[in-house]
Amino acid sequence: MTTEVSVATGHESGESGSAAAIRLDGVHRSFGSVHAVRGIDLRVEPGEIVAFLGPNGAGKTTTIDMVLGLTRPDAGEVEVFGMAPRRAIERGLVSAVMQTGGLLKDLTVAETVELTGSLFSHSRTVGEVLDRAGIADIAKQRVGTCSGGQQQRLRFAMALMSDPALIILDEPTTGMDVTGRRDFWSAIRADAARGRTVLFATHYLEEADQYADRIVLVRDGEIVADGTAAQIKARSAGRTVRATVPSLDESELRAVPGVQGLELRGESVLVHTTDSDAVARHLLTRTGAHDLEITAHGLEEAFIALTGRDAEGA
Amino acid sequence: MTTLTPENRIDAASRTVPPRGGLNVTLLRIELRRVLRNRRTMIFTLLMPVAFYFAFGNAEYGDDRLGAGNYAAYSVISFALYGAMVATTSAAASVSVERSQGWSRQLRLTPLSGFAYITVKVVAAMVLGLLPVALVYAVGQTGKAEMPGSAWITSAVLVWAGALMFAAFGLFMGYLLPTENAMQVIGPLMAFLAFGGGIFYPYPAMGSTMQHVAQLTPMWGVSMMAHLPLTAEGVQAWQWALNIVVWLTIFVGGAVWRFRRDTRRV
Repeated sequence: MTTEVSVATGHESGESGSAAAIRLDGVHRSFGSVHAVRGIDLRVEPGEIVAFLGPNGAGKTTTIDMVLGLTRPDAGEVEVFGMAPRRAIERGLVSAVMQTGGLLKDLTVAETVELTGSLFSHSRTVGEVLDRAGIADIAKQRVGTCSGGQQQRLRFAMALMSDPALIILDEPTTGMDVTGRRDFWSAIRADAARGRTVLFATHYLEEADQYADRIVLVRDGEIVADGTAAQIKARSAGRTVRATVPSLDESELRAVPGVQGLELRGESVLVHTTDSDAVARHLLTRTGAHDLEITAHGLEEAFIALTGRDAEGA
Repeated sequence: MTTLTPENRIDAASRTVPPRGGLNVTLLRIELRRVLRNRRTMIFTLLMPVAFYFAFGNAEYGDDRLGAGNYAAYSVISFALYGAMVATTSAAASVSVERSQGWSRQLRLTPLSGFAYITVKVVAAMVLGLLPVALVYAVGQTGKAEMPGSAWITSAVLVWAGALMFAAFGLFMGYLLPTENAMQVIGPLMAFLAFGGGIFYPYPAMGSTMQHVAQLTPMWGVSMMAHLPLTAEGVQAWQWALNIVVWLTIFVGGAVWRFRRDTRRV
């Protein structure tokens, strides 16, 4: 992945060179007696779409604030494209879409975007950005009269204005209806296809599953799993193999690598395993098993297993 | 993972930091437009001073002599100053709205420096402050007001310059009051101070006890300075100068203190 990074010709190439989009190294952050982030190590490569998934209070927002330079870590290092977060912000390399606030009600949509763009040394045009966020039709409307979904798209448009290499979204679709959410994500996806790195925090499993290349699962300020949705599902509790086996030799089956448990119900057997292939192969070649079924645990189960909480829980 | 080609990659090293901490003309233009759009601010800074002039300044005692001119001229200066002070204060106090709407936090995700942000607020305050001065002085030409030509000009300049002090006051209040409508608190306070400072009630017409109290209030120094081209009756220059220095120090110091607190990286 890192080999694709283009190096600028001549100047300052060491600065961006093969730097990760985000690099967190042993990051800690406490607020009073609350240890919100407890040693997070994370490397996000340019071009990745990463979901930062975890229940509320897991430390997602604190971590994001540190990546954005809004909060400083008590210990550890945070780098964005090989530089301190504030330096990356000043260069328009990072932008963020926050959940609420951050808009002036008495400005129009177009003015808000224009103003944002004027602050950077490098920016896209207002028209282009409004089009990409799908709000060109409300350009002249006052921000205060826009719906929640429209305001969220406006925040996205503002974030696009500096043509950032990294966009960070903190629970971006909270409060949107299903259609709004889908439209919002298709805009983000289309945009990410142009080479942007995207990190989004969410506690919606489906969102993480559908829109991210990689899911980083956090709990109590720590990363508990990191991988593709499929890897995380597998890591949590593996799969269940179910089959009908006449005269099963239980001890032989238990000896198959990866088997974690057996349940026998008459002739039917349920095997919990981290290596469903090995179990299936054993059952189909060494026994007279038939009606074999393999079920993967859903992300929902993985989430609960790994975070020890309900997906929607507080 | 999305495949990246050199064409669609964003090259981090090619990006630069904007000059002047992000301060630019577009930002100023939009800030001014916002301020001018605020109907309540316009009423208090333009309509009220003019109405006051007609109601009180141009009244029957307007012809009474005072210094190099008359009471009507004194009130032109007074109400222009009041309008300008409300203008600069409310333009600067808009930071409270921006803090409560999360805009200040949003700006921290841009290159805009705190210094550039404050500069925009102060420049907008000064432009807005110019409007009531121009309007009241224009209206003042039509009534009983009378003073030498040079006094019209110098007092107008002093009014405008003096009102700058209240941009600092507005910033201080804007950072101090955790509300979206800081001006609802500041407005009545300013009217009260205007009575104390010899603006709504002419200083030369006050009794001596009242004059002693007036000298301690924050609008008094500026008011005396602005009225100087017309009359310097009974006031030593060091008195109003000291008043200005002390209050300006308090306002600027307070604004800096609150601003630092607000933007401190936690």
